[in-house]
Amino acid sequence: MPSAFPAVDVSGVSRTFGRRRAVDGVDLTLHAGDCLALFGPNGAGKTTLMRVVAGLLTPTTGSVHVGGRSLRGDAAARAQVGLISHQSMLYRALTARENVEFAAKLYGVPDPRAAAMRALERIRIADRADSPVRALSRGLQQRVSIARAIVHEPSVVLLDEPYTGLDAAGGAALTDMLHLLRAAGASMILVTHNVEEGLAVASHAAVMIAGRIVRRDTCALVDARTYAGEYRALVVA
Amino acid sequence: MNELRAPGTLSAAWLLARKDLAIEFRTRTAFFSALVFAILALCIFYFAWDQSIVAPSELAPGVLWVVLTFSALLGLQRSFGLEEHDRGIDALLVSPVSRESIYLGKAIGNLLFLSAIQAVTIPALALFYNLPVGRPLLVVTGIVLLAMIGIVAVGTLFSAMAVNTRMAELLLPMLSLPFFVPILMSAAQIATRTLAGRPMSESAPYLKILIAFDVVFVVACTLAFPFTLEE
Repeated sequence: MPSAFPAVDVSGVSRTFGRRRAVDGVDLTLHAGDCLALFGPNGAGKTTLMRVVAGLLTPTTGSVHVGGRSLRGDAAARAQVGLISHQSMLYRALTARENVEFAAKLYGVPDPRAAAMRALERIRIADRADSPVRALSRGLQQRVSIARAIVHEPSVVLLDEPYTGLDAAGGAALTDMLHLLRAAGASMILVTHNVEEGLAVASHAAVMIAGRIVRRDTCALVDARTYAGEYRALVVA
Repeated sequence: MNELRAPGTLSAAWLLARKDLAIEFRTRTAFFSALVFAILALCIFYFAWDQSIVAPSELAPGVLWVVLTFSALLGLQRSFGLEEHDRGIDALLVSPVSRESIYLGKAIGNLLFLSAIQAVTIPALALFYNLPVGRPLLVVTGIVLLAMIGIVAVGTLFSAMAVNTRMAELLLPMLSLPFFVPILMSAAQIATRTLAGRPMSESAPYLKILIAFDVVFVVACTLAFPFTLEE
């Protein structure tokens, strides 16, 4: 049964650090199966916004709800979210499987070992399951990090530059997985600098500059090449 | 999407503690550095003292608490350092486990880590300083365990606070040591009396103080921990 609430509802969110306003009055609404590609130059506030949506930062003003519930203090709401960040969030001394299995246990996934192997297979790194993370390249670590983030089959996935460090095969595996997650009804926010990559998987696109959303589009209605040119002009201006 | 049942507070804490101990078992860096420090300190104190003035057995309680305090600080430094390297702490914070579970998991891991160090240090102390083996040493071991509960409770909290600062190695002892004083004072009094063969009834008031501070520190630090994670 579809939920009466949006999958993600960001309402009037601002976040300041001292006197600097990193995020300034952002409103976003995502429904089940929506994928928002969020573009913007360095320092635009994209990562801060993602950390606020993930519940890692408290908004200075405004509110964030996932499935109608606030993440802070609500364990069931947090269990619906998966986060892929700049950092791998992995433990280097543990193997890839142990890292993903640990995450599965934190979320109470039944049969965590089997779930960990399934997640590693989805991102095509099951053959390195027993390698310590410290022995993996940056790209392979990123794949393990993605497996860790989706092992509990979240309904909301937050991806902050997930393609960083991935080779062509890794990038293709990630794109396939994002399509599958969307088909299963997951909502996503994808932060990326690569306009073509973002538009290939997203249903909606937005541009963030100086903490504000300055442009919103529906991906089906835009031409990727034209959009990329307009985006560059917007960023340079 | 799955309906998941996240582990309860204690189950999640035990899960975290096991993860920390597994990492330490693989790397063994903090364990060996703390252990080598403890053994070296025992040796240095032994040879630096004039045994014709003070008998080793009288010196032992003081040495024990100095060694325990500073080897504990070495172990506590690494506690949240493990989470900072690749921001593993973020994965814990977005997961459904409570902040209190994270604190308790870290504290349990630290307690087991320090217990392993003391399991080597106390017999070494008895050997070097010619302590009576038997009931007095068992009582001292129990007191060490009680003291470690309070030290770990405070040290784990301050380890979380200090880890993001540039001077974490300096800040942790500066913040922690004043809070260690009531624990160390009570524990040292009990150990000195026990090793001198005095009746346990003489130590009872100090034992009550030690247990009271353990309870206060564990409860207060568990409640305060979520606020240390706010950015």
